[in-house]
Amino acid sequence: MPKRYHITAKPAAPRFIPVGRSGIIDFEEDCLKCTTCVKKRCLYDVYKNRSYDARTMADSIDYQCKNCFSCIQNCPRGVLSKTINPEYLKLGDAYWKPEIISINWFQAETGRIPVSGAGYRGPFSGPGFDSMWTDMSEIVRPTRDGIHGREYISTAIDLGRKKSRLEFDAAGNPVLEVPPLVEVPLPILFNLLPFGNLSRNVRLAMAEAARQIDAMMYLAEQDDEPALEAYKAHLIPVVAANGMDPSAAIFQGVKMVELIYSDQAWHGALKLKAKYPGLVVSIRVPMDAEAKAVTLKLAAAGAEVIHLVADFQGNEFVADRPRFVKDVLRDIHGSLVTASIRDEVTLVVSGGIALPEHLPKALICGADCAAIDLPLLIGLECRVCKRCTHGKSCPVEIDQVEVSHGSQRIVNLMCSWWSQLIEVMGAMGIRDVRRVRGEAGRAMFFEDLERETFGAMFGTRK
Amino acid sequence: MNPEITRVPSRFRHSIGKYKVLRGPQCQNCATCVVSCPEGVHFKAGARVAAPKDYLCLGPDVCKGKSTFCVDRCPHHALTVAVNPMIKALGDYRWTADLLMSTWYQAETGELPDVGMEYTVGDSGGGFDKLRFRFPEKPPVELSDDEIDTSIELNKRDPQAHRITIPIPFYQGGMSFGSVSNNTMMSRATAAARWRTFSCTGEGGYPDFLHPFDHHMITQVATGLFGVKEETIQRVRIIEFKYAQGAKPGLGGHLLGAKVTEAVAKMREAVQGSALFSPFPFHSVYSVEDHKKHVDWIKAMNPKALVSVKVSTPADVDMVAVGSYYAGAHIVHLDGSYGGTGAAPDIAKKNIAMPIEYAISKVHRFLEAEGVRDQVTLIVSGGIRTAHDIVKAIALGADGIVEGTAGLVALECTRCSSCESGRGCPRGIATTDPELAKLIQVEWGAQRIVNLYASWRKQIVAILKRFGMRGIREMVGRTDCLRHLDYE
Repeated sequence: MPKRYHITAKPAAPRFIPVGRSGIIDFEEDCLKCTTCVKKRCLYDVYKNRSYDARTMADSIDYQCKNCFSCIQNCPRGVLSKTINPEYLKLGDAYWKPEIISINWFQAETGRIPVSGAGYRGPFSGPGFDSMWTDMSEIVRPTRDGIHGREYISTAIDLGRKKSRLEFDAAGNPVLEVPPLVEVPLPILFNLLPFGNLSRNVRLAMAEAARQIDAMMYLAEQDDEPALEAYKAHLIPVVAANGMDPSAAIFQGVKMVELIYSDQAWHGALKLKAKYPGLVVSIRVPMDAEAKAVTLKLAAAGAEVIHLVADFQGNEFVADRPRFVKDVLRDIHGSLVTASIRDEVTLVVSGGIALPEHLPKALICGADCAAIDLPLLIGLECRVCKRCTHGKSCPVEIDQVEVSHGSQRIVNLMCSWWSQLIEVMGAMGIRDVRRVRGEAGRAMFFEDLERETFGAMFGTRK
Repeated sequence: MNPEITRVPSRFRHSIGKYKVLRGPQCQNCATCVVSCPEGVHFKAGARVAAPKDYLCLGPDVCKGKSTFCVDRCPHHALTVAVNPMIKALGDYRWTADLLMSTWYQAETGELPDVGMEYTVGDSGGGFDKLRFRFPEKPPVELSDDEIDTSIELNKRDPQAHRITIPIPFYQGGMSFGSVSNNTMMSRATAAARWRTFSCTGEGGYPDFLHPFDHHMITQVATGLFGVKEETIQRVRIIEFKYAQGAKPGLGGHLLGAKVTEAVAKMREAVQGSALFSPFPFHSVYSVEDHKKHVDWIKAMNPKALVSVKVSTPADVDMVAVGSYYAGAHIVHLDGSYGGTGAAPDIAKKNIAMPIEYAISKVHRFLEAEGVRDQVTLIVSGGIRTAHDIVKAIALGADGIVEGTAGLVALECTRCSSCESGRGCPRGIATTDPELAKLIQVEWGAQRIVNLYASWRKQIVAILKRFGMRGIREMVGRTDCLRHLDYE
């Protein structure tokens, strides 16, 4: 059996106190200073663990409170009250909600799968990835470790062009030239970041994390620097196709390159392939109105990898009623299947991949691999406040992150995401992540279930 | 006879209510408010007026302008009443603050809350929360409450096995020894016995203290086979095979080493301090034929027992249900993805398998088309919180339901969801910590659950009455009694 892939998490505490959901407020006037809440009641020692002097009983918003209400209900004078932290509600935006940010913080700190009791707490369904459920199998499950004599789950994928059949010459000898492939042990690439106080330390932390978990990271042409030399095998330079010089230093020593789509992109890809036959060339295609036509054309021409890029909230770049990345993916994947060229090209998708479940869901909708961006930054404690986009200071001084600390937090985050991918695959009874791609039959979509269930009873949905 | 209802107040000094009543320092202890408030919010402790029980307050909207309104009556202007700002921090989409507080109220009193709380639906924006009853303008027949039957039959196919009728269309889901405190287990079992319905051991073995309740227990055979013995199989009238559970469909369980105490290890026939895996799936079952072998094995040991098969809700849940039937199950138990009480990965609860609302109708229609619906008892669970949810589930096609979380809420669970953190549940419910477990007394807990069930039964009767139905069995599959707010 080959050596199994593993990610090692180590707790990496946040540098700044995370913004917690709720806190305790006390009405100081009536407090007896009896310390019932401090000494007797709090199971989690929330009061003790805080920085203030417990005897003064002041200042109480923090992120350690677990919302059990015990101190409030037991306070002899009933002077304690709870509140939702207004700062928490202000985190992020309509897509990058406070829950998404805080759960990624937890994963980056601990590397653990978020677990809770007493059932699910969220909405019935929602927009985007929240309108689909993954399937499970009652009697089949491969395991992550291959224990009990069964298969273990593989999360490895190949990036590159895959030939669909063998070819032979007149004499019956195989003439197939096998194109180069880059194997990554998990279907995640580190994307270019849409914003952020992106210092050299941030890039090095990402590159170091990529090296540790054997992942690949996109690198903007202008960010290349000597310190990244050691990480070449884990870098995918992103270069404009127009005016691209195949002998540039940035192409030396890398396994994969990405050209930004333009009319010249395919020509550029051919030029690069001519000079570096072992190089995998990807083309970065914005998810706009032309995306499907461009993808079909490139795939038919022989493109190895196509990276479909939605905006950072997962919407296509269309002014009028943009579709969400999941729906665009299903559309483009389906048209490649219809054209009988889906298996030959590798599709990478990025934009709006925010939670671990988005990864298997994106694969089910037709991607081979996802590239993630903001979660990496959130792993470094980003609050998605976007102050940096207005030239203002970063509340968590992301640019100051220590490389070893930052990389460990990203490794932890990926450990948690990877573990959860395995859980979802295990429940589906699928042991190879390559078989998840396009398996829409192993997912349930909100609109289908509604139509079959309530549509059959009540007619048309409003 | 239905069990007696007695009032069982909160075990905490302060109950959380919808309204906050504040008494200022102007108060002269004149007790005008004590006399005027019929709800018992204000009362005297010795010579002084005590801190108000504001969770009983009906709120200013109900009281304003009436002679009972304490704020207006107070000669010293010492009282203010307002919506409690704290309830924003309580609850979530599925169990809103109103649902939690109204369930607490029902557990305390056995009655519906009349304090202006939404006690029928949550705020999840779909499924049960968007379904409403399509009541006729007036009932087709006028029935009195005692003409209405809420009982269901659990064995519809097998004259050789026990005939079991439960007087209310629900029983309790499995919670393992070690996952909740012994007092919690005892409270639940006691309540089930008083209502002549069933409680369930879960997969953690069959502790001796539950012996007195054998007649009202279901014992579970799950993938870890912990504590399963011939003797425990022979002790009960219903045996439940757990293939999967809604909260973690397709995933196994993991009991941390620290939780494998001496008692837990003994019960599970394992080694103290070493972690226990409850694998997924059954390693002896890879087909319906294998499953039939399981059922036959139970029937060989306990020929009169009913067999329930608990499964999750995959895309092919209809095939799973019909397979269970052909293997000989009496009860098919579907557990949807939004429920569960124990700790489970958030990703599984949210994303894996379909919500129960869809699965009920899918299975009900498939079994009907197969011509076997009347031989199967279809029990469903997974996110059923209220009496209204119960009747909706039955109208969608179930015979009855299993409750789990609601019973814990009756024991004053706030659904803080930290069942596993620290020393366990801060409310003393899901804990093995000996000190925390003392927070719940068996009689207190049992009566709270009895009261909740009584209130649920009253609501079920009231709904059936408005439809002019003589029994809950008439409601099965009556989707014409429902409407959905998102449909025309």
